[in-house]
Amino acid sequence: MPDHVARVAGLRKTFQVPDGPFRKREVTAVDNVDFTLERGETVGLVGESGSGKSTVGRLLLGLLPPTGGEIVVLGRDIAALPARQMRSLRRDIQIVFQNPHTSLHPRMSLGRAMAEPLLIQGGFSRSEIRRRISTMIDIIGLPEIFLGRYPHELSGGQKQRLCIARALMLNPKILVLDEPTSALDVSVQAQILEFLRSLRAEFGLTYLFISHNLAVVQAMCSRILVMYRGQIVESGETRQILTDPQHAYTRRLLSATLEPTPDARLPVLLDSG
Amino acid sequence: MSEASAIEATATSADASENPRGVWREARRALWLLSRSFSSVVGLVIVAIFLVLAILGPYIVPYPGASTGNVDMSSMLLPPSMEHWFGTDDMGNDIFSRVVIGTRISLQIGLTITLGAAVIGVPLGIFSGYLGGNVRRVIMAFTDLFLALPSLVLAIPIVTVLGPGVTNATIALAIVWWPGYVRLVDSKALSLSKEPFVEAARAMGASTLRIVFRYMLPNCTSPLIVKASLDMGAAILAAAGLGFIGLGAKAPSPEWGAMLSVARGYLPTWWWFAVFPGLAIYVSVLGFNLLGDGLRDIFDPRTTSQ
Repeated sequence: MPDHVARVAGLRKTFQVPDGPFRKREVTAVDNVDFTLERGETVGLVGESGSGKSTVGRLLLGLLPPTGGEIVVLGRDIAALPARQMRSLRRDIQIVFQNPHTSLHPRMSLGRAMAEPLLIQGGFSRSEIRRRISTMIDIIGLPEIFLGRYPHELSGGQKQRLCIARALMLNPKILVLDEPTSALDVSVQAQILEFLRSLRAEFGLTYLFISHNLAVVQAMCSRILVMYRGQIVESGETRQILTDPQHAYTRRLLSATLEPTPDARLPVLLDSG
Repeated sequence: MSEASAIEATATSADASENPRGVWREARRALWLLSRSFSSVVGLVIVAIFLVLAILGPYIVPYPGASTGNVDMSSMLLPPSMEHWFGTDDMGNDIFSRVVIGTRISLQIGLTITLGAAVIGVPLGIFSGYLGGNVRRVIMAFTDLFLALPSLVLAIPIVTVLGPGVTNATIALAIVWWPGYVRLVDSKALSLSKEPFVEAARAMGASTLRIVFRYMLPNCTSPLIVKASLDMGAAILAAAGLGFIGLGAKAPSPEWGAMLSVARGYLPTWWWFAVFPGLAIYVSVLGFNLLGDGLRDIFDPRTTSQ
């Protein structure tokens, strides 16, 4: 128990979607999901589009109300938390989104964007805010003159660094990474992953790494949860899952990965059903 | 709207020093983009001329007394000449002076209606789009109720109840004008509320008011400026319409619609009496519409990226 930074039990989320002009249909996005995050580890959450992996991330942050189940973050049940405490919990858990081009306010300068989490949470003096910004801009490796610039003047990789910096301004304990590299060029992807790995050690972070890219997950994560149609169908050590997958879906997912070899062919899917 | 300025005031150092230069740079860029389209330059020039006339009008006209209800039967209904460029009216007053002095009234009415409508409509629309659900259903149902009636038809009974006059006509038109803003801002806010940067703000713990005024409103300004510019023209026209049917400004006042309503009885023999106030309405509305179209082109990212 002491080393759990987050615990999710029996988590369910259903959405109402219109089905014809007068009827509504219930879609189950997350169905009975259990997992824990241990301090300092990186857990990969993999699955195809629509498997509910991003929804799990949003539920963990309290951005969506769960339909059922329990989410305990740092010993606090977020479903039962009053608004004020919910806000202060946000210091401890932050998120980096998939697309850095749309995750930044287009009319907010970089300095302002980095100050924003501190201003929202309140209780930081101007000099403290300035100090934290200049430390953080150093860490993400951008020159200080960028503080007055606007997001459209940055490249994709720089924007994603800024999004990560913004998420780290409050010194969170948990960082949810929702496909943080899938919108970036391959060369930039590697940079960002390396950057994230160095931050984990420096800040003592726990990552929930949401991705559909098994190569990226292999490089980053010690443990993997495989999601399929809203359920976790397999979980375990990264090496074990990638070398000896138990569930049919995991095997299909693995065989769908393209290997960069000279005599590569299109993948043969093991199971079409 | 006071919430927005309160939040503005808490802004720190980081962007304050850079912003004015950014704004200046953007303004110059906008002017350059505007200058590439002939019709929007025409619109800008027309609007600028009318703005200058609205400010300086009463001090530069040849007959400043023309609007105060003087009667000079000796110079009644004279045709256009070097002395009276637009001729004189039934009271012997210089029509050119009256039209120029009337600019201020018309622009004031147009601006008040547009601002009033935006002040009512924008917050409703932005909350409707951001909060969604039942809040949106109620606001939009109420808006549709107003939109279902032609605005002038709704404005006429309101003025009748309040009593005719410039102020009441302005109030009535602002009351019927806001639904368009709700519609516009609601659809924009609805799409913005799904943007990751808004979700990121929620993840940081930002309050609803902060998200609405700091994150959504600044990103709604482009379509708002375009609509406001187009609406200035339409509002001037609507106010002149109310003046024409006798519910807006009254006869000695040099309001263009009121002048037309008197001049109508003197057509076609004393044509200049009606033609020049009519032209003033026509040209000013045209100017605002051309400017609005030009601004729309500026703010449309597909044209600016070229």
